[in-house]
Amino acid sequence: MSEMWTAKLRNKWQKNLPIEKLLPDDQPAYVASWIYTFGVLTLSALGVIIFSGIILAFEGPAWYHTSHVGKFVNSLHFWSVQLFFVFMVIHLWGKFWMAAWRGNRFATWMTGAVAFIASIATAFTGYLVQTNFDSQWISFEAKDGFNSVGVGAWFTVTNLGQMLLLHVAFLPLILGALTVVHVLLVRKRGVVPPIDAEPTSLSEVKP
Amino acid sequence: MSVNKELKHEFDAAPWKGSTKRYDIVKEGTIALVFVLVFTVGLSLLMGSPDDTPLTFKGWAVSNSDNFYATAVQELAGTSGTATYGAPYNKASDGLNLGPLWLQKWVGVTRPIDSVNDFVISPLSTQVLSGDIANALSTWNAAAETQKQAWATAYDDAITKVEGNLASVPTGAYGPVPALAKGLTEMAKAGALDAALLSQGGFFQTDNTKQILFFGDGSYLDDAGTAANLQGGTWGMMNETGRYPGQAWLWLYSFWYQIPPFNNEESKPIGANADAYIMAMMGVLSLGLILIPVIPGIRSLPYKVPIHRGIWRQYYETQGIKRRRK
Repeated sequence: MSEMWTAKLRNKWQKNLPIEKLLPDDQPAYVASWIYTFGVLTLSALGVIIFSGIILAFEGPAWYHTSHVGKFVNSLHFWSVQLFFVFMVIHLWGKFWMAAWRGNRFATWMTGAVAFIASIATAFTGYLVQTNFDSQWISFEAKDGFNSVGVGAWFTVTNLGQMLLLHVAFLPLILGALTVVHVLLVRKRGVVPPIDAEPTSLSEVKP
Repeated sequence: MSVNKELKHEFDAAPWKGSTKRYDIVKEGTIALVFVLVFTVGLSLLMGSPDDTPLTFKGWAVSNSDNFYATAVQELAGTSGTATYGAPYNKASDGLNLGPLWLQKWVGVTRPIDSVNDFVISPLSTQVLSGDIANALSTWNAAAETQKQAWATAYDDAITKVEGNLASVPTGAYGPVPALAKGLTEMAKAGALDAALLSQGGFFQTDNTKQILFFGDGSYLDDAGTAANLQGGTWGMMNETGRYPGQAWLWLYSFWYQIPPFNNEESKPIGANADAYIMAMMGVLSLGLILIPVIPGIRSLPYKVPIHRGIWRQYYETQGIKRRRK
């Protein structure tokens, strides 16, 4: 039975990420700064983005031009994105100054940084599908940058259909997957110890 | 206990064995979600969101008829921005380059646009035209390519010579071009051009490329962008209409357009190819962000700048740890 792929996967999961790590009820005492709240605030803003985005997706990109409810939901989507970036950038800077990649946490940093870049791409396509003057202007201006390096041959910012599909399907899928992996890595590796923290005995290093 | 690098690495990687405190992750997440939700609802109610009505060809043709007319002539003559753009729309120019890398040219024409037919002749062909316009269209369609080019170029040159003052254009061998431009202007004024450019004979259409590019060939879109303070030279890449924050996260991308040599199109090779150089630089910088943990110098900054002393102040105080000197 131990040779089964399923059993191997389960055993590996249970070893690396037991439920106590996934849903902990304690944490290191050094986690005592407001900077630590910006990770969960980023996730919360992402939750509001997804929720408001799903409602907008059901009604279509032009709904908010003609409906007060649509305008409010669009505003929720807009401001949650703004807050998402504010929280994420503070979280990113905080993790940089903590050198949070220490102790085998390179993948955690990397998934977070890629998620940041994916977020920019997702937000950018969002601005292109507003079906308002901003969309017209941004698509006309932005095409030159993408065309200049050949990317515009396939990533056509003036193509509303393509941008809409990328914005509501492909990019959220990528961003969502990166976020899940990032959070699981945080739970698996734990919060990085302070830079100057040192073990008081070898038992703190070797299990 | 002073430790070497390897031991410190193992310590950082090992499960924390020091003091801990209670932590309710579900409660924390719920409070954060409620906080963000309240904040977002408040901002939405107070500020709303940007929604400036999109421009239309009708608006352009009505508000600045001469400019629309002259742009239509440029499309026929092949002198408009779109007609001379290069890849991915046509082969009229080599496009931008990154030194020896002509990526724009190499990928070729993947979104073909023929400004003469896509912007003028095909849309006009979808309409029930008055006699003079219908005759002009027939004459154009029956003429040889060299003749078409000669008519359109002559008229475009004549308009350019009088700086767009259409009333001052002298008579000349312009063939059906003035009538075609007049017909397209009337079509736009009637509000029929937007849909005709989009549909191009099809039913389901989701690609606005032709509309956007045609818009950009005249001054209407550009003037609107300037009025809204959205030009690239004024941080336009990250601004948006109204009193909204825009895409502030694009500040670094916008920044390069504000400084030499990127903000000077006459400066070769970088200024003249600023779009390509800035895209490439942002690509490298993005990769750099991902790889910070392995970049010497940058990865050491957190150790040298004592911001972490503030973040973990409480821990350092309770442990009596002084700043490490390295």
